[in-house]
Amino acid sequence: MGGRPLSEYRNLIDAACPGAVVDEFEGPGDELTMEIARDRIREVCQFLKAEPAAFRLLSDVTCVDIIEGNGHGDRFRLAYQLFSLESGDRVRLRVWADAEQPEVDSVTGVWATANWHEREVYDMFGVRFSDHPDLSRILMPFDWEGHPLRRDYPLGGEDVKFSDAV
Amino acid sequence: MSTEQTDVFALEAREAREIARREGRPLAETERVVAMVEAGTAQEALARTRANEARSSQAAPGSRDPMIINLGPQHPSTHGVLRLVTELDGEVVRDIHPVIGYLHTGIEKQCENKTYWQAITLVTRMDYLSPFFNIHAYTQSVEKLLGLEVPPRAQWLRVMISELNRITSHLVWLGTSGLELGAISIFFYAYRERDRALDLFEMISGERMNNRYFQVGGCADDMPPGFEKLLRQFVTEMPSRIDEYEGLLSQNPIWLERTRGVGSLPAEQLLDLGVTGPALRAAGVDHDLRKARPYSGYEHFDFNIPVGTNGDAYDRYLVRLREMRESVRIIEQCLDGMPEGSHIADDRKVVLPPRGELATSMEALIHHFKLVTEGFSVPEGEAYCAVECPRGELGCYVVADNGPKPLRVHMRDPSFVNLQALRPMAKDAYLADLVVMIGSMDNVMGGVDR
Amino acid sequence: MALIPPPGAPIERAPRTDPSIDRDLRDLAETSEEDAFVQRLLTTTVDRALAWARASSIWPATFGLACCAIEMMHTATPRYDIARFGAEVFRATPRQADLLIVSGRVSQKMAPVLRRIYDQMMEPKWVISMGACATSGGVFNNYAILQGVDKVVPVDVYVPGCPPRPESLIEGILILQRVIGAKGQPSSLDLMHEQGLPVPEDAARIAAQRQAWAAAR
Repeated sequence: MGGRPLSEYRNLIDAACPGAVVDEFEGPGDELTMEIARDRIREVCQFLKAEPAAFRLLSDVTCVDIIEGNGHGDRFRLAYQLFSLESGDRVRLRVWADAEQPEVDSVTGVWATANWHEREVYDMFGVRFSDHPDLSRILMPFDWEGHPLRRDYPLGGEDVKFSDAV
Repeated sequence: MSTEQTDVFALEAREAREIARREGRPLAETERVVAMVEAGTAQEALARTRANEARSSQAAPGSRDPMIINLGPQHPSTHGVLRLVTELDGEVVRDIHPVIGYLHTGIEKQCENKTYWQAITLVTRMDYLSPFFNIHAYTQSVEKLLGLEVPPRAQWLRVMISELNRITSHLVWLGTSGLELGAISIFFYAYRERDRALDLFEMISGERMNNRYFQVGGCADDMPPGFEKLLRQFVTEMPSRIDEYEGLLSQNPIWLERTRGVGSLPAEQLLDLGVTGPALRAAGVDHDLRKARPYSGYEHFDFNIPVGTNGDAYDRYLVRLREMRESVRIIEQCLDGMPEGSHIADDRKVVLPPRGELATSMEALIHHFKLVTEGFSVPEGEAYCAVECPRGELGCYVVADNGPKPLRVHMRDPSFVNLQALRPMAKDAYLADLVVMIGSMDNVMGGVDR
Repeated sequence: MALIPPPGAPIERAPRTDPSIDRDLRDLAETSEEDAFVQRLLTTTVDRALAWARASSIWPATFGLACCAIEMMHTATPRYDIARFGAEVFRATPRQADLLIVSGRVSQKMAPVLRRIYDQMMEPKWVISMGACATSGGVFNNYAILQGVDKVVPVDVYVPGCPPRPESLIEGILILQRVIGAKGQPSSLDLMHEQGLPVPEDAARIAAQRQAWAAAR
């Protein structure tokens, strides 16, 4: 696990894409989360994939539904997990999406693996990704109504008598 | 065959078109292809195929309209409920459209309603061939959020059982891949060993599969008496068994013919597609999370990472066999050097007290009660921890909000991501080779659909 | 500690969604010879021979969905060896299979596929619901999983477990064999007809076809 200290990535991104990084959070252990402005995500990703950062592996694109939002009318908090094979560093990018019409730029052009991850986020949360080659439901049937992993979507299932456990 | 209006699939296709029209967007590519397969009765599909054939029988081969057929979801060779809508030109596959979701279980949603402890039983059923890896990724994330130290003995126990799980998972892959290619004997050989390993799992965790052995803070229990001896017997005999498998397949001309040169993609493309694990290592990239970001004490063990050259199905086969041998080495090192100490962390706010104390200590009773009824609370934050699953990078993203139940649990499953590589691999390959490719990617649909 | 009721005692259980589908095979197995004889549909030697043949060579269809499928595979392997009991081959195509072992969780997307596979099987056919998820939804009580496959196909034997050990599955198959061969139930469909239970949708068409064949003979 060599390479640069994680805080340097902020400086790198600020130099290349000024104003893109809105905030930075240090997590427990060696976690670094950087919040990126919604319209700059593709630019930042393209920069991070290339040298010198070389985050060639996009591990995960996922989403959390925070009902209270972040105060600016955003509800869905996307997380992009990046991994660099050379340095062994992990970095997380955070992007907020709108509550009413959530839409974010797709990064399928940067990493091909984002294709199915973004389809899953669309299926489960309803966040649309512009310029996605094939944005359709992936886990639920094609004619399913609603987005199951949203907090206001019921868990479903059957009533179990004599049991208050869920 | 029911051709009345109770044809659920045609109904689904029509509904999907309705929804797309209502939302004012065109049908996405997968939706369109699936609708083409489903919508309309069998007679219509047959008429369409006949018209295509009539039109294209005059054209040169290779320029025909592809015949669209459905492979799955119930199919012996798709390793579970995977549906491939295949565009075939004779025997050559021009394109495939994987349709997944037939095993979607809603695990991630249900974890939000369970305490951190209870979620372990759900998470373990996700990728059902590697239950311990699921739990390992999840508990590592929760331990990171809690700032909990796992004692060395617990770490080594986790490593030992994880490597045993790696062996059992590769044995299933070996058996079922051979079965699909017609090498039926290897199925019985591989499962013979797997039964013995499952006996060991049953001894240490109580179940053969879907075990709940790792806990937040360590392992639920220490090794029972007699376990070490049986495990040593197993690992002493295992290398000769792996020799048997190699003897059956590695120089077998039929196996070589069917797997050499099948399903290889350049390493750069594989990385771009997010493929990790033996499929990536067979292409020459020596990326293994146990060496790149050692976790749970892996830095203390001496083992190699097998790396291939071409990235075809044969190389993947060799990489997995050699991984089994390396796993045997790691288990032997675990048994030889197992540190003394507790099998679980000491923090009574998170970990259950030993049962003997419940009779004598009031505090232990209160802790036990609170932990079992309410569960422990995890401070606000998010963590992503990944382990090297037999299929690749298995990560767990946990978001906590100070409560006893997680806000979000997301599993980054390697089978889900690796399956994306199937489409570029299958272009212009034979249908029979497609079966080999699916087998060599070693997908577990429980992990794909979660 | 739960008390096991003595044989012959009335069996109390919570009502399922369709109580008439819930047939307890213990009822069939524990009643006296007289009642069993009356309930039997087969009386001739040829029919009994047919029933014995059907029971002794039930060929399952591969319908492995999830974790239970792995245990089902183990049942076919040397240690547990289901072939001893007649299930020599797992047919990939339902058209050649007698038994549908629904092993694993059935999601909403998979339910119509399950029904279609069941419809493609030829009579006589039986269904074993293997595992907790197939029986009742198991651990997963949520939007995605069918809470019991008997909402979609009629089930003959439920095998509990998560996953059930291979021995449990073998016991389930043996119970089914006993019911088919010894007690003379040739097909779940016939039993449902006889007991006046609601039958699956295609049953009317199958019955009409049978009548046509019988008339043509």
